[in-house]
Amino acid sequence: MARRLLAIWFPRLASDVSLRTRPVEGPFALTHRAGNVDQLHCLNAAARAQGLHRGMPLADARALVPDLATRLADPVRETAALVALRRWAVRYAPQVATDGDDGLIADITGVAHLFGGEEDLRGDLQARLIRAGLNAQSAIAGSRGGAHALARHGGGIVPDGLLAERLGRLPVSALRISPEISEGLSRMGLSRIADLIPLPRAPLARRFGPGLVTTLDQMLGTMPEPVSALPEAPQFGVRMTLPEPIGLTGDVMAGLDRLLERLCGKLASAHMGARRVRLELRRVDKATVTVEVGLARAMRDPVRISALFRKGVEEVDSGYGIDALRIEAVVTEPLAPQQIGEAKVRQEDELNDLISRLGNRLGFDHVLRFLPAESRIPERSFLTVPAAYSEATPLPFRKRPRRPAMIFPPEPVTAASGHPPARFRWRRMSFTTLRAAGPERITPEWWFDDPAWRSGVRDYWRIETKEGPRLWLFHTPMAPAWAVQGTFL
Amino acid sequence: MKILRDRPCSTATTDSFSLVPARVHEAGGSGRSSFALFQASRHPGPLFWILPQHEPLRPMARGLPAGIGERLHLIETRSETDLLWAVEEALRARPSGLVIGEPTKPLSLTAGRRLQLAAEAGQTTGLLLIREGQGCNAAETRWKCDPAGGPADSTRHQWSLNKNKSGTLGLWTVQWDGATTACHMVSEAGQ
Repeated sequence: MARRLLAIWFPRLASDVSLRTRPVEGPFALTHRAGNVDQLHCLNAAARAQGLHRGMPLADARALVPDLATRLADPVRETAALVALRRWAVRYAPQVATDGDDGLIADITGVAHLFGGEEDLRGDLQARLIRAGLNAQSAIAGSRGGAHALARHGGGIVPDGLLAERLGRLPVSALRISPEISEGLSRMGLSRIADLIPLPRAPLARRFGPGLVTTLDQMLGTMPEPVSALPEAPQFGVRMTLPEPIGLTGDVMAGLDRLLERLCGKLASAHMGARRVRLELRRVDKATVTVEVGLARAMRDPVRISALFRKGVEEVDSGYGIDALRIEAVVTEPLAPQQIGEAKVRQEDELNDLISRLGNRLGFDHVLRFLPAESRIPERSFLTVPAAYSEATPLPFRKRPRRPAMIFPPEPVTAASGHPPARFRWRRMSFTTLRAAGPERITPEWWFDDPAWRSGVRDYWRIETKEGPRLWLFHTPMAPAWAVQGTFL
Repeated sequence: MKILRDRPCSTATTDSFSLVPARVHEAGGSGRSSFALFQASRHPGPLFWILPQHEPLRPMARGLPAGIGERLHLIETRSETDLLWAVEEALRARPSGLVIGEPTKPLSLTAGRRLQLAAEAGQTTGLLLIREGQGCNAAETRWKCDPAGGPADSTRHQWSLNKNKSGTLGLWTVQWDGATTACHMVSEAGQ
């Protein structure tokens, strides 16, 4: 079967996208800053009609058209718009790829009859794009290069076998070649593609490089050029619309369970696990309520995820009723299939469920775990990190130097007599030293400016008191004072 | 009405310091965190230490007895209700080894009883670190723990069992420095 390719060109994609959300009457342009000059990036038809063009300095444009409305260009949004259009264009062909930053190319071989022929397909496409407020040109031809060239020069349909005949009248710049080459060609009097076709290949390639001959062959269809569509990024979202609005928690949960079943199936087929799941409930009055839960580990078990939603769903105000549910795994992580039923795995799952439950109510940054760290400073000798975002790591056990089991911010000691103090008062209690071990000098880490360590080096002592408590005292020689920072076992 | 049977008296607890499993216990006194760490070293599995967010006294990972730091989960709560909820959830979960809670207010009988039911449901042991005179009647045992002075190289603790629903009371002076899960009794003579 002869190959048929559909090219779509959006001549004013950036401004169309910007105008779609906030329409402007009259001339309009998007600007971007190149070097020190604001330039026009993309303009609408009204601005073009007044003699403005792309790449023109904004100051000149303003002089020509004083009432020009401008906005800053947003390249990220423009790219996202093209990607979204590519997803939409999949309705016409299985293989759709982006072509440059303002075009699409689709392989519609053997597809056109589903839309009633190529004419109808192109008409349908144009009508839909116009309704969406996008300027677009489309062309159907037997080669990718031909469709690309025709879309940018008026559009239309080239029947099979008439490529050279129909495209011959296009200027050489319609080939995908650099402006220098097309200028060189026109300087030689070769202004149309038809002029190039009969010429001997070898001198052309020698003079203008092999690229010209290749693009010419690709345009005429003698050299194949496939449409290589990127793999579809998986979309982990499912939705459900209801014929009648619902309001009871049980009903919402039942709907949620059905959606989760589908979502988890999707996740399983992509070997992914959800880390954050968002449920959107659309009410009859078009308001949307979202319930979001976090998961301590990536998972795709519908029953376990559903249990976490219960509290959030119970708090939702359903108003006049909910008529659509949508659930999306907002954050996902790779999760390989796992052997189930093993006791150790089950225990880990239960522990992760507990951390998810605690984290969703208290906040995931309040469910903490210790990790080892390399520092002499007592407060920084270990890390306290959220348990949901870290793996349990064995803490190296060192017997010496001795460290207290419990620690608190330094509290001053009063009435200290002697060095180390034989008697002192702390928290309104008086203590008599039975035994003192030390000193252990710890110097501040000068590369961190820690206000607590501004008093300089510290000499730490382990003080056993007659009253019982074994305390961790320190003395700051640079600003003489004693303080307590911890208690030993 | 369903008549509940007496729980079978476990014969495995030969040691006087073993907490009855699947119950909630209380410990007070200035050495209560040492007692909690002693119990933590005897309970395998994940440990949960649930404390108010503003509590300055925290376990220090470097100074904990071997094998506790990596199993310990520290949970900060904003309010007393959250704290009790977190203790209950942790007790109800099967994998937890020991749940240590630090309530700031005295527990009502209802709250204490609820925690006992959660502990029974999850077959988990709980230990509440209470302040002076804040015990709850629902507690299985209540300990008063204080550090005690002693000769050189000793870490003595005075642990007294002030309330016991299924056994006798007692007062022990023990030597435990975190190196092992067992502790040494100190004889009456004190040497």
